[in-house]
Amino acid sequence: MIKKIKPGLIALMIIQMAGMACAQDASAPAMPQISAGDTSWVLTGAALVMLMTPGLAFFYGGLVRRKNILSVLMQCFMILCLVTIQWVLFGYSLAFGPDIKGLIGSLHWAGLSGVGPGVHAVYMPTVPHQAFMIFQAMFAVITPALIIGAFAERMRFLPFCLFTLLWLTLVYCPVAHWVWADRGMLGTFGGIGALDFAGGTVVHINAGMAALASAFVLGRRQGAPAKISPPHNLPFAVLGAGLLWFGWFGFNSASAGSSGQLAASAFVVTHVAAATAGITWSLLDIIFNNRATVLGIITGIVAGLVAITPAAGFVTPMGAIGIGIGAGIVCYIFVSVLKPFFGYDDALDAFGVHGIGGIWGAIATGIWATKMVNAGGANGLLHGNPIQLWIQIKAVLVTIVYSFVVSFFLLRLVNLVCGLRASEESERIGLDLTEHREVGYTLLD
Amino acid sequence: MKYIIAIIQPDRLDEVLEKLNEKEIHLVTVSNVMGRGRQKGIAEVYRSHKEAGCLLKKIKLEIAVNETYVQPTIEAICAGGRTGQIGDGKIFVLDLNDCIRIRTGETEGIAIG
Repeated sequence: MIKKIKPGLIALMIIQMAGMACAQDASAPAMPQISAGDTSWVLTGAALVMLMTPGLAFFYGGLVRRKNILSVLMQCFMILCLVTIQWVLFGYSLAFGPDIKGLIGSLHWAGLSGVGPGVHAVYMPTVPHQAFMIFQAMFAVITPALIIGAFAERMRFLPFCLFTLLWLTLVYCPVAHWVWADRGMLGTFGGIGALDFAGGTVVHINAGMAALASAFVLGRRQGAPAKISPPHNLPFAVLGAGLLWFGWFGFNSASAGSSGQLAASAFVVTHVAAATAGITWSLLDIIFNNRATVLGIITGIVAGLVAITPAAGFVTPMGAIGIGIGAGIVCYIFVSVLKPFFGYDDALDAFGVHGIGGIWGAIATGIWATKMVNAGGANGLLHGNPIQLWIQIKAVLVTIVYSFVVSFFLLRLVNLVCGLRASEESERIGLDLTEHREVGYTLLD
Repeated sequence: MKYIIAIIQPDRLDEVLEKLNEKEIHLVTVSNVMGRGRQKGIAEVYRSHKEAGCLLKKIKLEIAVNETYVQPTIEAICAGGRTGQIGDGKIFVLDLNDCIRIRTGETEGIAIG
């Protein structure tokens, strides 16, 4: 299997090396001073975002059947390890390295050569470049981990690892470059000016579209949806949601790159949107299912956090309430009405919550953004600048199409090479035992 | 000798054990079980996906007794387990061929108590 893949990777390297020749070095001399407060907040933020992936593992782990919990935890932890290494070897350079035509970073920073000491003049200029790099590494980790929610309980482990590495390299790194890198084509450093404070497009739409593609390529779990048992451990899911909420303060607030007013504002709107969406989902549950459910409130909270992510540095707390209500409603409709209607098996609603929540958040940023919050941002529709809404929609569409199409073909490719889907028997027995030779829970001592 | 199996409501267990104690029936095996009867289940909802919920949690008691204790055992379980609602459960009485205490090798009636 590995032998078949190698020529592809080599070809990729050659293409990138060729690109390097015409690349321009964007890193300006590191003049600004390192701020202790900013640095400590960004490093703390990196640790907070790191904790989100174990949190997500328990969020997803609690929602699967007991025979598959270890497979989900294992996928999350392997992503933590794999992505980190990819990131320092060449991923960070592809995403944030010196720009090649707005499309991708060059390999100048491969192996982190040239990444620190000192700061980068564009990326968080008062923070050591390495701190920015490791903060971004945690985003690169959690994004492919989000996709697990769609293909949970039925993907084999090694093909999963291969897909994760390919996806990170060919989907995550380019999209992160477009939106966040110096001179990326969609972003605010010389691009079309789409606002994405902490990853609505890069993280959530990106992962959400890959999730939808994987639900299509892998097909439904046996017996889905009618004969799938309910979540095996909802308290785990609640614990995971709590850790996600906690980590999200690092995700959004530390994306300010500083520890001042902007970080505080992003912190507040993050919290407000999560709370609003949690209430919204509970209300919808009461209206349509007669009871407020625990799974409902934590799903709503995550949807709110997803939606506020791109907007976190640009909207007021009142804007956050609007975004939270919208997130609760659109995600509820997708999860409860449209998924059953279309019949795809997005097992844990990675698309329904992250894809749809991300799309709503990115568009909502174009509605509620205001320069009163962040002079470096832009005004949105409600503040007299409808053009921003159109810019947001363009960035959303580009991300949707690119992520879905490339993810779809990568999945088909990996499937061709080594078969993505677990055998019928293995799926019946459970992936914990068949893929990892372990079980999460013993019956006896 | 009889082998008595009773299926009862989980929240009646303490009461039943107390009534059995009053009649000096101390030896009992208890397990968590799932089952269904006329009561049917309570439907559960997960992200608006409704589960039929046709199995309910019950408690199973297993008690081996000599003939003289059969009636007191049944009376104790009924007294402790009855709420008057559908779903209070059932008692099954089976003939028991033999009983051996592992520690001593004693058999039948002596071993049972």
